[in-house]
Amino acid sequence: MDDPLIIAGREFRSRLITGTGGAANLSVLERALVASGTELTTVAMRRVDSVGQTGVLELLRRLGIEVLPNTAGCRTSAEAVLTAQLAREALETNWVKLEVVYDEQTLLPDPVELLDAAERLVQDGFVVLPYTNDDPVLALKLQDIGCATVMPLGSPIGTGLGIRNPHNIELITSRATVPVVLDAGIGTASDAALAMELGCSAVLLATAVTRAQDPERMGAAMRCAVEGGRLARLAGRIPQRFWAQASSPGL
Amino acid sequence: MKAQVNGTSRDLDDGTSVAALVSLVGAPTSGVAVALDGAVVPRALWDKTIVPDGGVVEVLTAVQGG
Repeated sequence: MDDPLIIAGREFRSRLITGTGGAANLSVLERALVASGTELTTVAMRRVDSVGQTGVLELLRRLGIEVLPNTAGCRTSAEAVLTAQLAREALETNWVKLEVVYDEQTLLPDPVELLDAAERLVQDGFVVLPYTNDDPVLALKLQDIGCATVMPLGSPIGTGLGIRNPHNIELITSRATVPVVLDAGIGTASDAALAMELGCSAVLLATAVTRAQDPERMGAAMRCAVEGGRLARLAGRIPQRFWAQASSPGL
Repeated sequence: MKAQVNGTSRDLDDGTSVAALVSLVGAPTSGVAVALDGAVVPRALWDKTIVPDGGVVEVLTAVQGG
């Protein structure tokens, strides 16, 4: 069944976007990425002398996975805009996962700075994929200023707490005209399936796979969960009932 | 002269170009970008752009993250 994910006119067969953070080493990361089937994967931008040669770009290019730079670590609109511009120069892509967080403890997006940065980057010709709160109003505003997706969190980054406010996610997916990507908080496969059942077009996750006991197997689990959740969404679930309803004919 | 390079003060020869500075910090040959005083210096201008005294330079590359 042909059902591609389309972001800014580009088609992806996989609806799972992954991050590369948290993996013990590049060989673990490689096996997990391959098992997940992802075609789009995030990287962060950092000062050269604090990291040395990382090899992550070479790995993604060898696997034929598109690179999606993020602005992780940025606290202000100005920082995020400059980081995105540096990423565009370094990686030759105008796509950016926009992150502007308020504090280290929650890593929650700062909505004021986020909206400002998104507006500036759209004007500068970027394809902007913003990491946002599960706020239906902010999601609409990000869409209206020209973002290519909206990416609400299920719960804070790295917590694995799943989707804490499914109704908000459903409010977002019911009104969005751009793809909604559930970004952050996924802990296990059922969380990813739920995101798709709520009408998300894709799931973005990292920690749930890279820090799992067996990242390769969890990568495969997430691939199946996203596919299963998508199929269930398209199939249309039965309405919930209060009383039992026999599925076998009466005697 | 002195410049602030990735947060550290460094003594540089007068006339040091951005291209020379990039190799000085041991940056990989691809996947790197440079900001001078808060603005991106496109790769095509690295040779021509001289780091000024007191300049603030950031040399970034992609790492695992997100």
